[in-house]
Amino acid sequence: MKTTALAAAKLVAVRDLRLAFRKPSQLLQPLMFFMIVATLFPLTLTPELSRLRDAAPGVLWIGALLSSLLALEFLFRDDAVDGTLEQFALSGQSLTWMLFAKTCTHWLLTGLPLALSAPLAALALGVPVAALGSMVAALALGSFALSLVGAICAGLTLGARRGGVLLSLLTLPLSVPILVFGSDATRHAIAGTEIAGPMYMLGAIAVLGVTLAPLAAAAAVRIGLE
Amino acid sequence: MLRVQGVHLWRGDRHVLRNVTFDATPGRCVLLTGRNGAGKTTLLRAIAGLLEPEEGQVTWRGVATRATRDVFHAELAYLGHEPPLKGDLSGRENLRFSVGIRRAVTTAEIDAALARTGAEPFASLAVRLLSAGQRRRIALAGVVLANAALWLLDEPTTNLDAEGQQLVADLIAEQLGRSGLVVAAVHHPLPLPAELVDELTVGTA
Repeated sequence: MKTTALAAAKLVAVRDLRLAFRKPSQLLQPLMFFMIVATLFPLTLTPELSRLRDAAPGVLWIGALLSSLLALEFLFRDDAVDGTLEQFALSGQSLTWMLFAKTCTHWLLTGLPLALSAPLAALALGVPVAALGSMVAALALGSFALSLVGAICAGLTLGARRGGVLLSLLTLPLSVPILVFGSDATRHAIAGTEIAGPMYMLGAIAVLGVTLAPLAAAAAVRIGLE
Repeated sequence: MLRVQGVHLWRGDRHVLRNVTFDATPGRCVLLTGRNGAGKTTLLRAIAGLLEPEEGQVTWRGVATRATRDVFHAELAYLGHEPPLKGDLSGRENLRFSVGIRRAVTTAEIDAALARTGAEPFASLAVRLLSAGQRRRIALAGVVLANAALWLLDEPTTNLDAEGQQLVADLIAEQLGRSGLVVAAVHHPLPLPAELVDELTVGTA
């Protein structure tokens, strides 16, 4: 009996989770990078909390963006190298669903831990405790959108040698709106004002990403496999 | 059932495949031969749909494979140069996932296929600990499990010992016996009955 598209996507997600826990260093690397960037800032900038607080949204979001770029490299590369991605493409199943599952798992393993550990770094930057919840929500949503956008670029750079640099160049301009609205939401959260506006925008980008990114990523991967 | 018609394919500036045409019929094996770099792998990848030919087409059951890609792929098992296995998973886990995304597969079926290809003794070890030949045996079990009508095999005997090469020939013969089709790129002749084999030399046309 042929496996349904959803069951195949679930298998891909389970496989990726299992692989991730067998090789945790790959997961910890982007997270460590984020924590190091965010905690080094107070040491180099100023010990004055009010000024640190002003810089906090920028520091947190740039840290998150760079760390997600670091993690994106691993999204499809390993599977492309060992030939399992090729087998996905030849399985007769929807590559779109399988890559969507891969992207979601990737976010679960990199973006979500980053958002959840951000309060530690945020406290060092003088972010008030009341703002932490909104900040985590914004980072979680933003990193999800970043993963989706990044999936397209990761697919496109599969065939390129030294794809890492190209991947950053492709992803950075596309991630600017996420960066702008995400840091805006965090700024509002710190100031104690309404964050709904930028959060809606982040949500809209994420929805757009869910709808279009897997399709584009599948097309990109098929080209990348040539 | 599988028809390759006038396929031309360029890789960069190189005209690798020049007007390749052949038919593969159920119960027969097409062996692709030719020197290194003649385009055997390119042809297999073009048939599989991983490469798009600039000219010509591949049809399966009378329909262009480009038009019905997923239907064609569901009936296709492709084994490339490198066994497509995850190093951090065991052979058994690899098969459960790689075959599982195609069709529902039971543990008993996986064990039977592993036993058939002589991979059972090391099927529970992480694949990265295995030798190249052992990996190939696990990958071959995956091909058997795919239940596919068409096998595309690229140098299937690489890294295998003499007994392993016989195993590949036996597996191909069994596939042909089920009215399956096999297209394989080879450097050394496979110990197959001559009446089942059509030979095609790539890169001379």
